[in-house]
Amino acid sequence: MSELLVKNAYVIDPINDIKGEIMDIAIRDKMIVESVGSSAEVVDAKGCLTLPGGVDSHTHICGTKVNFGRYMSPEDMRAGRGRAQPYMYPVSGYSVPTVYANTYRYSALGYTTVLEGAMAPLEARHTHEEFFFTSLQDTMANTLFDGNWSVMEAVADKDLKRVAAVVGWTLAAVKGFGVKVTNPGGTEMWGWGKDVGCIHQKIDHFGITPAEIIDYLIQANELLNLPHSVHLHCNNLGKPGNYKCTLETMQRTPDLNDKRQTLYMTHVQFHSYGGTKWSDFCSKSDDVAWMLNRKPQIAIDMGQVMFGKTTTMTADGPMEFNLFRLYNNKWSNHDVELETGSGIIPVLYSRKNLVNSIMWSIGLELALMAKNPWQCMLATDNPNGAPFVKYPEIIALLMSSRYRNEEFSKVHPNTENRVHLPSLDREMDFYEIAVMTRAAQAKALGITGIGKGHLGEGAYGDIAIYPIKTDDIDPAAEYEKIIKGFSSTDYTIKSGRVISRDGNCLLNGNNRTIWVKPKIPDEYDMSKDPEFIKKFERYYSVSMENYPVEEAYLNQRNICIETETKL
Amino acid sequence: MMKKNVICPFCGCLCDDLGITIEDGKITGVDNGCSLAKAKFLRKERLQSPVIRRGNETIQTGYEEAVTYAAEILNNAQRPLFFGWSGTQGEAQAKGVHLCMLLGGVIDNTSSLCHGPSIMGIQEVGHPGCTLGQVKNRADLIIYWGCNPLESHPRHMSRYTTYADGFFLKNAFRERKLIVVDVRKTMSSDIADEFIQIEQGGDYAVLSALRAMVRGEDEIIPDMVSGVSKSQLKRIVEMCKGAKFGALFFGLGLTMSRHKYKNIRNAVELTEELSRHTKFTISPMRGHWNVYGANEVFTWMTGYPYAVDFAKGIPFYNPGETTAADILFRKECDALMIVSSDPAAHMPKKCVEHMANIPVIHIDPHKNCTSFFSDIQIPVAITGIEASGTAYRMDGVPLRTKKIIETDFPTDTDIISRIYEKIQEMRNSV
Ligand code: SF4
Repeated sequence: MSELLVKNAYVIDPINDIKGEIMDIAIRDKMIVESVGSSAEVVDAKGCLTLPGGVDSHTHICGTKVNFGRYMSPEDMRAGRGRAQPYMYPVSGYSVPTVYANTYRYSALGYTTVLEGAMAPLEARHTHEEFFFTSLQDTMANTLFDGNWSVMEAVADKDLKRVAAVVGWTLAAVKGFGVKVTNPGGTEMWGWGKDVGCIHQKIDHFGITPAEIIDYLIQANELLNLPHSVHLHCNNLGKPGNYKCTLETMQRTPDLNDKRQTLYMTHVQFHSYGGTKWSDFCSKSDDVAWMLNRKPQIAIDMGQVMFGKTTTMTADGPMEFNLFRLYNNKWSNHDVELETGSGIIPVLYSRKNLVNSIMWSIGLELALMAKNPWQCMLATDNPNGAPFVKYPEIIALLMSSRYRNEEFSKVHPNTENRVHLPSLDREMDFYEIAVMTRAAQAKALGITGIGKGHLGEGAYGDIAIYPIKTDDIDPAAEYEKIIKGFSSTDYTIKSGRVISRDGNCLLNGNNRTIWVKPKIPDEYDMSKDPEFIKKFERYYSVSMENYPVEEAYLNQRNICIETETKL
Repeated sequence: MMKKNVICPFCGCLCDDLGITIEDGKITGVDNGCSLAKAKFLRKERLQSPVIRRGNETIQTGYEEAVTYAAEILNNAQRPLFFGWSGTQGEAQAKGVHLCMLLGGVIDNTSSLCHGPSIMGIQEVGHPGCTLGQVKNRADLIIYWGCNPLESHPRHMSRYTTYADGFFLKNAFRERKLIVVDVRKTMSSDIADEFIQIEQGGDYAVLSALRAMVRGEDEIIPDMVSGVSKSQLKRIVEMCKGAKFGALFFGLGLTMSRHKYKNIRNAVELTEELSRHTKFTISPMRGHWNVYGANEVFTWMTGYPYAVDFAKGIPFYNPGETTAADILFRKECDALMIVSSDPAAHMPKKCVEHMANIPVIHIDPHKNCTSFFSDIQIPVAITGIEASGTAYRMDGVPLRTKKIIETDFPTDTDIISRIYEKIQEMRNSV
C-alpha cells in the first residue's frame, strides 16, 4: 500500500465545482481517498495552482503516420535532441518527437492522459506498440471509420444496427476507444485520387453521402453507448469558404445524450474559413461560434495554429495532397485498404504570411467567442496546428488581451481586415483554462466516471501542480509568468506517484491503455457474419484471424470499458 | 495437427495464410507457402547450444556463461556496434535500442545494405504509398522496377498484384497491365506487357525522361534514353496516365545501382507527377520479413530509421558515416553484436576483415558465414515459428507472428534483456 498526501494545494477542480480553495489531497494506491495515515509521503504544494492531470482529447503522438512523420524528417529530429538522464532515455524531435520525448514533454506540462486522434484499424498494433513506450500517460486511440467499406455498405442499406455492429466489432478487435471520422467519404474517393466536396456529394461506387455516414455513425455510437461521441474531422478541411460546410454539419447534429455532447468536432479552426479563394480568405469564426453557442450537443477543439515549423499529418489524404501542391516541399501518403488513408507534409506557419496569420487568429477567436468553455477544448491538433509544447503560450494568449495585441502587431498587416480578434477583449481565468485543458476534455471523452479529469474521491490520483500563485500573478499583464508557469510543473503526479518534478521525469512509468468493448448480442456478432468474413477472404490482405490486436499489446493495467448496448 | 493462418517469417510479403502441419512437435508440412517459406519452416539443422571460440577451437557453453561473456565484451568496448535486426521481432529490436543507448554505441539494421538509399530519398521528397490490399483491390497498372518478385518475393504477384483478385477488377489478370523495368530479362519480365530494358546505371535518366513526358515536355527527349526508345517511353507514359490506379514497386536494382538514393527521389517525384493526373503510388520491395519493423522501432525510439549513433549521448544519424559498413570499413568499432543477420556474407571484404579482428557476439539460431567470425554465438528460438512477436510487412502493416511449436531455446528478447541486466549489474557493482 502506498500513500501520498498533497498539502496546501490551491485547487481548481471544475468537475467537482472547486474554484480555488486551499486543500489537501490524499491518495492511496493510485486513487484519491478522503484521508491517509501519518506515514504517507508528503508533497507540499505551497499554495500553488493545483489541477487534475491534463487530458489531451486530440493529439497525434503514436502510430503509423506519426512514425512516418519522424521517418521522413531527420531535420525535425535534430531540432529536439536531449541527453539521457536518470529515468530518461535520450530524445530527439520537435514537431514529431520520439515516443520518449512525447511522454516526457507531456508530463512536464502536467498531462497524464492523452488520446491519439486517429488509428487505422488494420494498423492498430503499431499504435499500441508505441503506447507501450508512452509510459507516463494513460493512452487511448480513436479509431478511423471514415472510409470503412462495411460501414458504408450498411449505410447504403439503411441498416443502422449493422453499422453499430461493425463499429462495435472493430473497436473491440483493435482495442480502440472512440469513433473517428476524418473527411467522411473523402478518403475512399482519394483511393481514386479524388475528394468529396461538402456533405451532400455522393461517394463513387457506394452511392451514399458524407452526411449519411455522419448521421448513421452518430446514431450507431449512441446505440453502442460509447463513452465518447463521434469525433469528427469535417469535410473540406483547409479550404476557403468551408465554414458553410461546417455550419451545415453542425446544424444537422441531433441532441442524443444528456451526459455529454453528441458530436465532437475537431480542429474547428481549420473549418472556419470564409472567402472563395486564398486571395479573399477571411475568418468566419463568428458564424461557427454562433452556431456552437446555440448547440450544446456539440463540443469542439480549437486546432490552434502557432507560428513556426511543424509537421501536418491527418487521415485526410486528399487534403494533404492539396497542401503539398501549395507548399511543394515533401509529401507522404498512405492509404489503408477498405478503411481509410492518410497524408503527411511539413509546414512552416509564418507570421509574415497573411493566410497563416488569419489561421492563427481564427483559433483564438473560436475559443474567445465560445461562451461555454466546456464546449471548447484547448488543443493544436498536435502537431498539425503546432506541437503541444506550445500550449502554455496559447493559455497566455487566452488569458491576456495585452499579449494578444502585442502578438497581433507582429502578424501580416492585412490580417486586421479579415479577422475579429482585435475586437475581442475577453480574458480567461484559471478556472476556464482548467476546464479547457482537462475537465471539459475528460467529460467530452466520457472518462470522468472511470476517475479521470477530476480530483474527487475515487478518482485516479492524477495531479498537476504548477509554480503559479494565482493571487500573486496578474495574467493579463504578466503573461510571461503564465507561459513559464504552465511550461513545467513543480510536480506531476500520475496514479499517486510523482512522475515528474521541475520538468524532469522521476520514474519509468506504468501507463494504461483505455479501450472500449461494447457487449454485442450474438446475432450482431460480425465475426460470424458471412458477408463480413468474405471481406477478409477476398479483399483484405490480412486474414480475419490475424486482424485483431492480441491481448499481448495491452499491458496488464489496461482499462477496458465494457458498454451495455441497445442492439 | 494443422495450424492455419500462420504468418511466414521470411520475406517482406509476410504472407499470413500458411497452413503448417505439425506432428510430434515437429513441422512436417507447409501449405500455401512458396519454396522459400518451405525451406525456412522445414529447415532442420541448427546450433544446439552457445559456443565460444578460442583460437581455432569452439567450446560449447551454457546460457548463463554466454550472457556474461557477451556482457563483458560489450561493457569493455569503447565503441560497440549493434547490427542486424531484420530477422527478429520488434520486442527484441526495442531491447537492442535500449542496450545501445545504455552503452553509447551505434545501432544499425540491414536496411543500410538494401533500402537505406530509399529512406534517404524519402527523407528528401516523401513517399506516396498505400497498403498492399489497396493495390490488390484497385490497381490496373503495376510497375516492378529493378526487382524480380517471382524469385525474390514469390507470392507478391499472387497475393497482392498481378494475379490477385481485386474488388474493382472483375478479371484481375486480364484487366491489369504489367510493366517490368530491369537491366536484364528475368522471370518477371517474361510475363510483362511491357518490358523496359535499360542500360546498366540508366535508371535515373529514364525516370527523368518519364517525368518530363508526363509534364508534356516530349520534345526535349532524345530518340533513345539509356537504351530505351522514345516511342516505348511514350507508350509507358500513356499507360500510366491512362491507368485508374498505378502502383510502382522498386527493388535493389534501383536503390543500389548508380545514383542510389537520387534514383528513389526521382521515382517518388515521378509518382507525384502522375498523381496530378491519376492515382499513383510507390512502394519499396522490402526483403527480410521484419526489416521494415527495424526501421519503425528505431524511428519511434531514436527518431531515425537506421544508423543511429549514441556516442555523444544524443541520437546522431548520418548514413555514410554512422552506417555499419562504414564504421567497420574505418575500423572504428571495437566490438560487434549481430542479431539475426549475416553481415559476413554481404559486406565488403575490408569490413569482414575488421570483424575478424574484434570481438563479435552473434545471436542467431543458425550457423552462417558470420559464425566463422564470431567469438561467441548464442542460439535462440526462431521468431515466428518458436516465438511470437511483432513484425512489419513491407507496406507498414504490423502483424503478430506466431509461436507454433514449443522450444527450450530462449528468445532474442530474453537474451538481449539478460545481457542488458548483466551490464547494469556490472556497472552498479563498480
Ligand atoms: S512470398 Fe515471402 S512471405 Fe510469402 S510465403 Fe514466400 S517467403 Fe513467405
